Amino acid sequence: MPGWQVILIASALVCAVSGALAALLVFAERFLVRYGRCLIDINRGHKRLTAQGGRTLLATLMEEGIFVPSACGGRGTCALCKLKVLQGGGPLAPTEVPLLKPDEIRDRVRISCQVKVRNDIAIEVPEELFSIRSYRGVVERILDLTHDIKELRIRLVEPESIRFTPGQYIQLVAPAYEGSPEPVYRAYSMSRPPSDDRAVETIIRLVPDGICTTWVFRHLKEGDEVEFNGPYGQFRLSTTPREMIWIAGGSGMAPFWSILRHMQEKNVRRKTMFFFGAVRRNDIFFLDEMRRKEKELEWFRFVPALSAPAEGGQWDGEHGLITEAVDRLAGDAADKEAYLCGSPGMIDAAIKVLKAKGMTDDRIFYDKFA
Amino acid sequence: MSVLAQGLAQPNGGMSLLAIFFAAAVTDNILLTRFLGMCSFLSISSQMKASVGLGLAVAFVTACTGAINAAIYWYVLAPLEAMGVPASSMQLILFIIVIAGFVQLLEMVIERVSLGLYFALGIFLPLVTVNCAILGAALFMINKGLRVADGFVYSLGCGLGWMLAIVLMAGVRWRLRTAKVPPALEGPGITLIICGTMALAFMGLSGLIK
Repeated sequence: MPGWQVILIASALVCAVSGALAALLVFAERFLVRYGRCLIDINRGHKRLTAQGGRTLLATLMEEGIFVPSACGGRGTCALCKLKVLQGGGPLAPTEVPLLKPDEIRDRVRISCQVKVRNDIAIEVPEELFSIRSYRGVVERILDLTHDIKELRIRLVEPESIRFTPGQYIQLVAPAYEGSPEPVYRAYSMSRPPSDDRAVETIIRLVPDGICTTWVFRHLKEGDEVEFNGPYGQFRLSTTPREMIWIAGGSGMAPFWSILRHMQEKNVRRKTMFFFGAVRRNDIFFLDEMRRKEKELEWFRFVPALSAPAEGGQWDGEHGLITEAVDRLAGDAADKEAYLCGSPGMIDAAIKVLKAKGMTDDRIFYDKFA
Repeated sequence: MSVLAQGLAQPNGGMSLLAIFFAAAVTDNILLTRFLGMCSFLSISSQMKASVGLGLAVAFVTACTGAINAAIYWYVLAPLEAMGVPASSMQLILFIIVIAGFVQLLEMVIERVSLGLYFALGIFLPLVTVNCAILGAALFMINKGLRVADGFVYSLGCGLGWMLAIVLMAGVRWRLRTAKVPPALEGPGITLIICGTMALAFMGLSGLIK
């Protein structure tokens, strides 16, 4: 038989077998993976939804307008999407086990991005999540605060205003761009007080190879439309009159910038010492603003510290790590409260120093950045 | 024992089904005598539960795809051979496609039928797709000229033999936890040495079935 005919038959055979298998798989998916409409009972009958089954609980809830926080976008790494599943969640997936503590497992807490909705399911959703909405806005201003930190101001378009508590954060959506095939959510604290309810400001630090920060620094321009949802977060001032120690580094300034101005507006006078750490002189920002607030508010004191001040000009503030400055200057911490915002490493170190100074666990509040 | 001997010696124009099965699983163990499917064997054998799970998945896939592949070879490729289509190269591509497709299907079925099983085995199924022992079993089966029924038994034997090897290794490694292994050999190093020793032991069984 001539060569070309052999090639033709061979190719046809491979195509036929592949095609048959592919068709088989498509039909199998259609019949096996169809789960029909499933009833989702939220908070024991408070709210009821029916949704198409077959997707993760997180995706299903997001689609129905209930914004469960998620930093990793459903990949099963950030554990922010924890929800209680009372019934119908199926067995615990192996990807959930390392993210849950034993008492959480006993309380039927699940990682909602790993739970697939296969049948009717009953869940518990914290009340605050219901006030979370999706917002569309326009970038009004991008300000360079340092060589790697920017302040982003977003004017709200739809809805036009936002209500939140100072200290809360939003999840900004970084859309797909060159180098990043899918949209990604990242959390950023809001830096303006809630009195300015038509716009939202955040402070963003460039993370090397960070998906969202690269988008903000390299692709985002004033006038661009952006999407975010929120407000999220439990980080806020307590209602006690206790003295406060605030500790932050880098973009951790954001929630405190919101809280400080809110306190000024509402005339909340609680003695506050704000420790702000950076590495070099060109990493620090808002120095003039902070000094001005110190003059305006007699209960507020700003203590910046640089760990490597020699590089980059003269510095007459504190030297060393911010935790060392806290140790030196914060005094007896037994009756005070602490608010921390920064990297997990800084927070863990700060907690150690505070506890050594007599502070108890229940008076330390923090917002750890992943 | 005499029943076994009778079963093994039964002439059938070839070997009896029992002999085929025993040869595939034990004396001609695809992992210990032919050294196929070593990658997942080396990594998963550190845990007994995972080894049993993976072993079962491999055995099931090997047996089913063995039967399907034998059918494809004898009812499609062999007739085409007469027309000049080279069956030996075609079988390679077709068997791989069938194995990959089958594993996909299996994953969907398991997820639907038993969620518990899916979580126990499900993560292994992609690992099973790339296990060369499965393709190897199919090719050896054709080499030996086995038809569909014999081929199914042979493939089942290969799969269960692979499972036997990984479970044995998991057991040995469990015992090794308290042994003093030289640091440089920990993990894959000592596992390969043990594998070689086990292979020597299994070599002693060769010749049991002619």
